[in-house]
Amino acid sequence: MSASAFNTPRTRGLVNARTIIFLGVIVLLLILPIFGTPFFVNNVMTRVMILGLIAASLVFLASYGGMISLAQWLFAGIAGFMFGNASLEAGARGLNLGWDPWVSVLFALAVTTVMAFILGALGSRTIGIYFLMLTLVYAVIGYFFFAQVVTVSGPGGVTSISPPPLLAERRTLYYAAVVLSGIVYLVFRALGRTNFGLALQGVRDDPVRMASLGFNVPFHRVLAFTLAGFVAGIGGLLNVWFNGQIDPASIAIGPTLIVLIVAVIGGISYFEGAWLGAFVYVGASIYMRELPLVDRIGITPERFNTVIGALVLLIMVLSPEGLVGILSRGRRMGRRSPAERSIEPPTTAGEPAQAGSALQDR
Amino acid sequence: MSTVVEPEVRAPEGAVKPRRASALRRAPVWGVRLALLLIALWVLFLARNTPAGPAISEPGRFAITMLDGLTYAGLLFVVASGFTLIFGLMRTVNMAHGSLFLLAGFIGIRMQQLIVGKTRNIAPDEVSMVAWVVPLLVGALIAAVVGVIVHQVFLRWNQGQELRQALITLAISVVLADQMLRMFGGLALTMVWPGPVTHFIEIFGQRYATSRLFMLAVAAVVGVLLWLWLTKTRMGMVIRAGVDDEPMVRALGINIGLVFAVTFFVGAFLAGMGGVMGASFSGAATGSDGAWLLNSLVVVIIGGLGSIKGAVAGSLLYGLVVAMSPAYLPSRYTFYSIIFTFVLLALVLAVRPYGLFGRPGTE
Repeated sequence: MSASAFNTPRTRGLVNARTIIFLGVIVLLLILPIFGTPFFVNNVMTRVMILGLIAASLVFLASYGGMISLAQWLFAGIAGFMFGNASLEAGARGLNLGWDPWVSVLFALAVTTVMAFILGALGSRTIGIYFLMLTLVYAVIGYFFFAQVVTVSGPGGVTSISPPPLLAERRTLYYAAVVLSGIVYLVFRALGRTNFGLALQGVRDDPVRMASLGFNVPFHRVLAFTLAGFVAGIGGLLNVWFNGQIDPASIAIGPTLIVLIVAVIGGISYFEGAWLGAFVYVGASIYMRELPLVDRIGITPERFNTVIGALVLLIMVLSPEGLVGILSRGRRMGRRSPAERSIEPPTTAGEPAQAGSALQDR
Repeated sequence: MSTVVEPEVRAPEGAVKPRRASALRRAPVWGVRLALLLIALWVLFLARNTPAGPAISEPGRFAITMLDGLTYAGLLFVVASGFTLIFGLMRTVNMAHGSLFLLAGFIGIRMQQLIVGKTRNIAPDEVSMVAWVVPLLVGALIAAVVGVIVHQVFLRWNQGQELRQALITLAISVVLADQMLRMFGGLALTMVWPGPVTHFIEIFGQRYATSRLFMLAVAAVVGVLLWLWLTKTRMGMVIRAGVDDEPMVRALGINIGLVFAVTFFVGAFLAGMGGVMGASFSGAATGSDGAWLLNSLVVVIIGGLGSIKGAVAGSLLYGLVVAMSPAYLPSRYTFYSIIFTFVLLALVLAVRPYGLFGRPGTE
């Protein structure tokens, strides 16, 4: 079975259309505050960047490792809770350790990474659909943990968390989100060409062969999961600075699914898709109520979840590759190999776009 | 077809295994045994300052806690057996299982209100057996029909693409949850147990609600019927054969499409029955769908996906842990009880990554 053409690093140089588009988008995002309204920049785009960053960690696991993880939002939540507990000096709830903000950042990321390592090690021998279910269980148990354990949070959550002074302004938080998103995007893409990234894709496509070649298959999965947890933790820190508070309800099963929904809308095997999906999701959630058309055809803003659910359903039914997949299909039309031609590949030919052969038919 | 097998190196039968590796592999098993022993010691003799107290001096509390666990396990089994039945045959992870559960719960409540003729403050005396059983069947039937529609429209043509199916049913569950919020509102509704079973009995000096025992009885009946259906009827035989080797069943000229539809019907019916029972047990509200999807997942991950035996074992273990951990933790730390669900999961996964009765893929 051939690996998917878009996941496998090509031998082409770094200067290609994809990189040029990336640079253009980054420049556009950096100069956006000059002509965008403060609401659009500080509320819409910052949220897009944060959500995209967390969704990118899911895309990383899905596209390179063939693992669909629903625990990414949990790791973001853990980082947020840990930062709140460590940085606050006094408050009704939490540990109120009163540490220096940057020490708190390190602490939050360390706890998140260790948790990701432990949970990853526990699930390293489960694959495919089992992994999806296991990580969903992680996410919900994490929610119950923070909802019940009053030492670190309790149902009310941790409130009035302020970001480090450096990022206190809304504008700087936006820049931080853009820069971190850019770095994460580049690192994830570059990682696909490293030995580790290649081995991980090998593990995705044929774990048995990789094991017989001498690779430690579970360990590669654990490492990938830990890295993804770390990145989600960064996103979680930005998120808690953006919101100024965090409560268990914000890491319940609903918000957990949002990350997956975002990744699916964008295209679960494209890193660009994470941010594109986040843009569509956040944009829809904010601007849907302003469309006069929507109310007239009977879809009120309160039924937002129905619209988003139907959109995901439509994407999964028509083209599991998501928006980026649909966009790039036109571009690929001329030069793709017969193996990738079918939009909905028959089960025997595999479904490379959808996170590798680990998820094939039985 | 590519089979995904864990790259675990197994020595052939009869080969002499290296002693050290064998000891290492047994380590988790001994860890589990030790943990079980310690827990038993704790519960029997040491659990002072806990809500329940040591079982030796407080046998009544112990019996009540065990019964709580058992009755909860009954409800868990009804819901999770439907989930595992569908997966066992079709490899479809139905993420909308919780939505079907909640839908049936809401419909059961509405149906009961219709039969009794009141929408609020229904007393158990006003609820006859019929006013509970009819809503149960109607709710379950509607859930089953919705399940079959979902299967026929969205899942029939992508059979075998596990992940795509999981995401499709996930999207459906989002839509269903939102639509149920629109139709039934965000407030928690409760179904009322029938009057004839709403009593209290005494066990070692402790009062215990018979409605919970009734729930266990219903679950036991469901379990026995399911077992009879799967082992004694032709359809059940076909399903069990399909679990083992679906292409062969197909090749023998059996209409597997029909078998799939029937299995999905029964699986969704069980979710619906569980939903109505759950609505009587703890009420139906927005969010129950996610909670019960989680419960089903925990049960089948512990017991092994696709195995009815596993659903029984998983329900019992999970039910007992849920009931016992708040009762036997020191009173000051009761809120840590959720961690024990996770510990149970971790212990099982460390010893058997595919659950107690699970197998790593078919073929």
